Amino acid sequence: MESDIQILIHTDQDIVTARQKGRSLAASLNFSSGEATLIALAISELARNIVTYAKKGEIRLKALNGGTSRQGIRVVAHDDGPGIPDLEQALRDGFSTSGSLGLGLPGVRRLVDEFKIESERDHGTTVTVTKWKS
Amino acid sequence: MEIPILKQGNVLIATLQAAVPDVDLLSLRTALVREVVRSRSRGVIVDVTAIDVMDSFASHILQDLAHMIRLRGAETVIVGIQPEVAFAMVQLGLRLENVATALDLEEGMSYLNRKFRTLA
Repeated sequence: MESDIQILIHTDQDIVTARQKGRSLAASLNFSSGEATLIALAISELARNIVTYAKKGEIRLKALNGGTSRQGIRVVAHDDGPGIPDLEQALRDGFSTSGSLGLGLPGVRRLVDEFKIESERDHGTTVTVTKWKS
Repeated sequence: MEIPILKQGNVLIATLQAAVPDVDLLSLRTALVREVVRSRSRGVIVDVTAIDVMDSFASHILQDLAHMIRLRGAETVIVGIQPEVAFAMVQLGLRLENVATALDLEEGMSYLNRKFRTLA
């Protein structure tokens, strides 16, 4: 099986690197260019959240081969930052604590097929998203 | 890497490369606003044809840039947003509000020229 791709996220340059790796992984799995763009954008927003709220963290990319030739990409964005105090609020459209930047998680959720978030106060946040090839 | 700004008549043109880090976008914004003043330009074209991902940060910076330049009395046009990029932006919920866009550099130029004529 393919191994995970791990990208440490700390600076704005890491955001660019992460989304480029996501796009090339998508291309190598023959995702359409449109799907690859959605994946790259989701990675960009998740990486940006890490830089903005937690300062540093990591993004892991994994190619999925779901038995019946179903292929996908899983993105795990993890940080040990302050965590999200109110998850329900953070998942509501139009909510962002950083002011003007980021549309936050509801937007990312619309880009992917599966979305899961775990967050604990003072113990960081893990967002796991999956995009299946259509 | 600094993004070069070209001058053609009374229009400034900046062409973004594929992977622009945030800092370069921020310095482009500053440089364009300064250059519009210095060169007394009437229009600015930002060509994003090579951009394969426009995230929330990039679109906020472009929107701010256009508004700052308008406050200086000049017009900005964003040209070359790729179809997939546009699709992904809208899915995410991004919109470039009150910012002129055009298909490509040529269309951007004729948009600005029309604008200059009506203002003249």
